[in-house]
Amino acid sequence: MLAAMMSAWQLARAVREGTRTASEAVEDALARATRASHLNAVLHVADAHARERAAALDASLARGQDPGPLAGVPVAVKDNLCLEGVPATAGSRSLEGFVPPYSATVIERLEAAGAVVVAKTNLDEFGMGSSNEASAFGPALNPWDTERVPGGSSGGSAAAVAAGIVPLALGTDTGGSVRLPASFCGVLGFKPTYGRLSRYGVVAYASSLDQVGVLTRSTRDAAMALAAMAGVDPLDGTSLAADAGDLRALGEGSEGPDVRGLRVAVVSELSGEGNAPGVLEALDRTAARLRELGAEVREVSVPSVRHAVATYYLVATAEASSNLARYDGMIYSTRLGEDGDGQEAVMRRSRGRTLGREVRRRVLMGSFALSAGYYDAYYGKALRVRRVIADELARAFEGADVLLTPTAPTAAYRLGEKLDDPLAMYVGDVCTCLANLAGLPAMSVPAGRTAEGLPVGVQLMAPALHDARLLQVAAALEAAAGDDFAPLAPG
Amino acid sequence: MPEPVIGLEIHLAIRVDTKMFCGCAAESFGSEPNVHTCPVCLGLPGSLPVTNREAIEKAVLFSLALHCRVPELTQFHRKHYFYPDAPKNYQISQYDRPVGEHGWVELDGGRRIGITRCHVEEDAGRLAHPPYADHSLVDFNRAGAPLIEMVTEPDLRTPEEARAFLAQVQAVARALGVSDASPEQGKMRADVNVSLRNPDGSLGTKVEVKNLNSFKSVAAAIAFEVRRQGALLEDGREVAQETRGWNEGGQRTYLLRSKEESADYRYMPDPDLPPLTLEPAWLDDLRARMPELPAARRERYLALGLKPADAEALALDLEAAAFFDAATEAYAGSAQTVANWLTGDIAGLLNAGGRSLAEAPLRPEGLAAMLRLLDDGTISGKIAKEILPEVLEGEGPEALVARKGLTQITDEGALAELVERVMQANPAVVASARENPKAINALLGKVMQESRGTARPDAVRRLLQDRLATPGSD
Repeated sequence: MLAAMMSAWQLARAVREGTRTASEAVEDALARATRASHLNAVLHVADAHARERAAALDASLARGQDPGPLAGVPVAVKDNLCLEGVPATAGSRSLEGFVPPYSATVIERLEAAGAVVVAKTNLDEFGMGSSNEASAFGPALNPWDTERVPGGSSGGSAAAVAAGIVPLALGTDTGGSVRLPASFCGVLGFKPTYGRLSRYGVVAYASSLDQVGVLTRSTRDAAMALAAMAGVDPLDGTSLAADAGDLRALGEGSEGPDVRGLRVAVVSELSGEGNAPGVLEALDRTAARLRELGAEVREVSVPSVRHAVATYYLVATAEASSNLARYDGMIYSTRLGEDGDGQEAVMRRSRGRTLGREVRRRVLMGSFALSAGYYDAYYGKALRVRRVIADELARAFEGADVLLTPTAPTAAYRLGEKLDDPLAMYVGDVCTCLANLAGLPAMSVPAGRTAEGLPVGVQLMAPALHDARLLQVAAALEAAAGDDFAPLAPG
Repeated sequence: MPEPVIGLEIHLAIRVDTKMFCGCAAESFGSEPNVHTCPVCLGLPGSLPVTNREAIEKAVLFSLALHCRVPELTQFHRKHYFYPDAPKNYQISQYDRPVGEHGWVELDGGRRIGITRCHVEEDAGRLAHPPYADHSLVDFNRAGAPLIEMVTEPDLRTPEEARAFLAQVQAVARALGVSDASPEQGKMRADVNVSLRNPDGSLGTKVEVKNLNSFKSVAAAIAFEVRRQGALLEDGREVAQETRGWNEGGQRTYLLRSKEESADYRYMPDPDLPPLTLEPAWLDDLRARMPELPAARRERYLALGLKPADAEALALDLEAAAFFDAATEAYAGSAQTVANWLTGDIAGLLNAGGRSLAEAPLRPEGLAAMLRLLDDGTISGKIAKEILPEVLEGEGPEALVARKGLTQITDEGALAELVERVMQANPAVVASARENPKAINALLGKVMQESRGTARPDAVRRLLQDRLATPGSD
């Protein structure tokens, strides 16, 4: 089998059995990254780090040691995740040249399970965007059609998996940033329950919404990666001490997929008007497939979803205005100005010129929402509506095991198509941002292609901590779809 | 003269091993710049704060000791301002859910000063401005160090009262081990708010004086502001709402900034730090473990019969109080005697040597032993004072007295012989003493001199009186 076709678990098995070395796996990935460089999916190839890690893994294998369930699996991570000694730009000029002296907990755990980070991937600056066009280093391109966006903000990670550079990539998801590009690129994108994965070492966008997610072409790979990374982290006070045994079992492939009797509810407010025909067809296809597999599919109403986008953008921008205050050119971020200019002038110039247009827009909106006299009307109200949305979703789950919605209202659109209309881009987050507002696990699972041949996904949500349930559903759909589940992009 | 209305804002460095939200050392006094830093307290991207539970515990303990209401839920907020001493350009502080609210401190004399709130926050870095340079320097050792900020109601009326209040707060913080509360190390800093009451009883315009680092400066700054504002009003001018600094050399306040545009800190709940639940059972446990506080100690000392001034002084001084308690434990005599020695001769010697009680080798048992020697007549008071410097250095009083031959002569026969010898040698003095009973002191002095102070003065006096009253026997 071609290395690019292999899933992470297959590759790890080959490495553990000695039919392939970790170094070979890593060299293959590095070569594929070079071949696919036109996609601009990768901002930084971590070749030195990867080769050193792979050699160490091969040495430990030679000593008879088992490097773990992800032995030798090359992984790409979004460039807002810190890896010690490797640049982390978060897609921003303000962090050009910043080399973190520490690693994100998720990366440490993934590598402790045998994985090898080979590349840092492109993203909308600080994760703020849905198309990848807000990257300071130019957008990544969609491997299915390079005139189209890969989705954002984890577009580089989604493109890297779809193009077969790596079988597994990490992204971050604040309002849909893992799931939306997964849908646009035809791969599986999983955002776990808030708190299941540590945020330590994740460059913050909106802390109460940010969650690391995985992008893969196989359910089992996603489960393995999540099992390796999950669990409480003393460095993150919002991380949860939840048992990951169910994820591990899925990762080991020891549980067959079974959705008989599963109660699936389609959110009626999200399954009609406003969605492209190809998206609605994908939704119907998935519902029909689930019925065939023995699930019950019905509709449920969640009226407050019409406030979701406004609520999301108030909460996210308010937190962003606070989290991004530190990029002032003083300690480590890019400084524009001379000694003697005065600190205020240097801060103003550094922030004004190194933060991109979309970032400045959101920082301004968020600062406004938090201002004295406006707090109650904007941020305060958004927090209250957030609670209402979470309560309504919890009620929807009283009659359903999972909720089914589109991932995004459209398939991948053309570069530049929505660049001058930020609002049009914001409403694309309507389905995905619900899970972030409520802290729920959610996944975009491939659901075939549109008439134009573009991949499209649908979203499944579950109650908090029922991450494994989503993967079980995905595994059933994967088994039913066979090789057509998440194929590599052509070319 | 309009009545001054004074409120204080006090920052106390919490005494814990590590900073408020990371593992760096909290104590950096005297360290090289920027050695106690890490990704968290430098605000590097991706770093996250984690609450120091011990610091919270100490702040809650302090709040309870100040009779504050402690909520079941306490929460951190972000306070935003752009300044290079704040690596994140926000300070993690508390806003509407502080650890304590609505407390009070009782001053000696019974007046209660209201505590508006106590909250926990992280300290900022320290800026330095090298002379003639085109840049400033910043030291982040202190950034992220845990602080308690306490705010009083505007209940204080005089500089002296403010000073007494600060002494109380300092004593409470030290008694609890919450803070070293040493202004000279920056571990207790105060801002004061001063206004003068209008003739109609309403409050006048408030002026804030910032960054006062000794109790003395607090009192002096208040006194200066009362005079300055009084003079303005007398001239028919208005007091402007402003923030002022304190010039220690000139003993005057000066304008820092006028409060025309007040800062908008855009407070927001910190999403990295989940609210903390303070379990009632845990609070009960803290209350049960609360050590004796200065107010209670003062009452106890008064009940022991101490003079009020001594009770107050000892109650406010944790070291002296602990010493006093151990000494009275070891010594069955009068507690006031112990207090007299502690606040008198011992304090005098320590002050002269620039030492604290803890720094001197003297142990409470040593003082008790010396007092017992005094009581049983082995030594006189004069001898006691004479040997005190050596006792303070840790010499055992019994051994010292024995070695130096300073044991008081109490044997009647030996004393009578001594008296006889002195009278024989000084016939003129004897003659005058027969005429004038007051001259007996001269003879007494000669006897004491002869005995190198070891004769028991009351016995000598009695023997002298007897001998002088018997005519012709000389």
